[in-house]
Amino acid sequence: MKKIFEVPMYAYEKSPDQDASTPVRHPVVVIGAGPIGLGIAIDLAQHDVPVVILDDNDKVSFGSRAICFAKRPLEILDRLGCGEPMVEKGVLWNVGKVFFDEDETYKFNLLDEDGHKNPAFINLQQYYFEQYMVDRVRALQAEGKPIQLRGKNKVEAVGQHDDHVTLEISTEDGPYILEADWLIACDGANSPTRRMLGLDFEGRVFEDNFLIADVVMEADFPTERWFWFDPPFNRGQSALLHKQPDNVWRIDLQLGWDIDREHEMKHENIIPRLHAMLGEDAKFELEWVSIYTFQCRRMEAFRKGRTLFAGDAAHQVSPFGARGANSGLQDTDNLAWKLKLVMDGKAPDALLDTYSDERVYGADENIMNSTRSTDFITPKSDISRIFRNAVLDLAGQYEFARPLVNSGRLSVPCTYDGSVLNGPDAEGLPDALRPGATALDAPTKDGWLLDRLGDKFQLLAIGIEAEDELNTCGIDIETIRLAADESPELANRYLGDAKGAIYLMRPDQHVAARWIRFDKNAILDAVKTATAQGGK
Amino acid sequence: MTDLITTPNIIDADDFYADLLALHDGQSKERSDAINARLILLLANHIGDREVLAQAMRDAAKP
Repeated sequence: MKKIFEVPMYAYEKSPDQDASTPVRHPVVVIGAGPIGLGIAIDLAQHDVPVVILDDNDKVSFGSRAICFAKRPLEILDRLGCGEPMVEKGVLWNVGKVFFDEDETYKFNLLDEDGHKNPAFINLQQYYFEQYMVDRVRALQAEGKPIQLRGKNKVEAVGQHDDHVTLEISTEDGPYILEADWLIACDGANSPTRRMLGLDFEGRVFEDNFLIADVVMEADFPTERWFWFDPPFNRGQSALLHKQPDNVWRIDLQLGWDIDREHEMKHENIIPRLHAMLGEDAKFELEWVSIYTFQCRRMEAFRKGRTLFAGDAAHQVSPFGARGANSGLQDTDNLAWKLKLVMDGKAPDALLDTYSDERVYGADENIMNSTRSTDFITPKSDISRIFRNAVLDLAGQYEFARPLVNSGRLSVPCTYDGSVLNGPDAEGLPDALRPGATALDAPTKDGWLLDRLGDKFQLLAIGIEAEDELNTCGIDIETIRLAADESPELANRYLGDAKGAIYLMRPDQHVAARWIRFDKNAILDAVKTATAQGGK
Repeated sequence: MTDLITTPNIIDADDFYADLLALHDGQSKERSDAINARLILLLANHIGDREVLAQAMRDAAKP
C-alpha cells in the first residue's frame, strides 16, 4: 500500500491563466503548500481574499518531519477550521523522561493546565497535518471561497515592482507568467524566493548531524518523550524516542559532525543502531529515514516591498523545542489580518512593517531558546561538556538541577513586548495578559473563549458594562460581554484581583490594550494604535 | 539587593582551603573537573541571587 505522502494530493491541472495573452494579476500569491503556506492561504480565503498557492510538488510532506504541535498553533488551527481533526488523530503526551548514561535521571510532567480547549502538545506526522489542511482548502473551495492550490507549478523567477510582483512559473505544459499584488513566500529553509531576491539569511551553523528514523512497531513503551544523554547505544551523543499516531515512533540519533552520510543512510547500518536502542528482539519496520543538520538564523526583515516571508523561509531554528512549524503558524496568524486591512485600505502600508518587527522579535526568542538547547545537547567545548554532565549528575538526586537540564524548551508563544501596536495597560491586572500577549483560553457560558475570539477586533467586557457597535477608520469592533464569575479560569487569567476589565483583542487573538473601566475614546485610540494609524 | 561579599567571610579559612584541596586528592583531572563543576552548581543554587552570581562571575573573569 502506498503511504499518503506518496500519492499526489493536489495533482497538476492546467489553469486558464496559462493561456492568457497578458499575465493575469492575482491579489495574493503564496509560494509553498507546506503547513505555513496552507495556513496563510486558508486564513486569507476565510476573509474572502482571493489567493493562489503554488508548489513545485503535488504531495504532502515526504516523511513525518515536524511532529510536535503546541497549544498555540492548535488554537490558530481551530480558527482556521482544521484544528479538531488534528487533535483527534494526534497522540497526547505529558510525561517526559531524561536518561544519562545507563540510568533514568528523572521524569517530568508538563502538568497541562485545566480550562483550555487544546492540550499542551500533540504529536502528529506533518503529512497528516498537511492532509487536514488540504482537506480544509477543499472544504473552503466547496463553499465557494476564492482559494486555488496549483501543484507542479515551479516558480523560476521573481520580479519586484512598486505595486506588484511578477512570477515566472514552469509547468509540464510550459512556462507562464503571473502577477500578484502581494507575494507570500513560504518556501522553506532553502527558500528559492529569498535567493532569487538576493536577500540575506544570517546566523549560526551547528556542526552536527542527526539521524531521524520513523519506525512502525508494536511496542509497549509508554506514550512519553524519552531523551538520552550519552547512552550506551549511542556513546557521546544524544537520542530521542517519541510516539506518533499509527504506532509510528520517532527516533532521533545524534551522529556527530564528521560522518559518512551515504554510509549512515544505508538501512543495513541503521537497523543495528535501532536494535541497540530498542532491544535485539524489537520488531519494527522503517517508514522514513533522513539525516539532517541545522542552523539558527533569520532574515534581517521578513518583508521586502510587496513580498512577505513566513516560516522557515524567514527563520530557521534547531528542531529542539518544536519551534519550526509552530512559530511559522504564529507568523501567518500575525500577517493575515494585517494584510487584509491594508488591502482593504483600512490601515496604512506601515502596518505590514509591524509584521516583520513583531515576528522578528518572536524569531529571536525562538532562536535564543533553541540555541541554548543545542548548546546543552551538543556541548561545543570541554568546559561546556563538563558543566552539562555535572548538571545531569546532580539532576537525579537534587531537584534544583532539573530546570537546568535542557533537551528542548517546548514552544510557547511570545508576547510582543514593546510593539508599536500595543496600547495602554492597566495596573493590577494579571501580567501574563499584558498588551502584546496571546489570549489565554477559558471556559465561558457560551463555550470556549478562544472559539469566540479572532478574525476581527473585539472588546472583551468582563464584569463591566460596555457599548456595542464601536467603529473607527472603517473597522468594526465587536463587544463580547462576560460575567466576572463566568468561570474561575476566566477570573484568574483575565482579572486577578480586579473586579472587572475591558480587553481590546486583535484579530489574531493578541491583547492590544486593556483597562479597568470603559472609556470609548481610549478604546478607539487603541484600535488606531493597533493598526499603525496614530492613536495616542 | 545584596552585594557579593568580598571581605573575609569564612571562619577558619585555612581549614576550608585544606578541605577544598582534599576534595581533589588522588582524583584524575577529569574527575576533578567534574567535582568542581558540581560544586559551582551547588553553590550557585544556594546563593540564588542572580545579581550576586553575576558579580561573582565578573570578578572571577577579571584577573
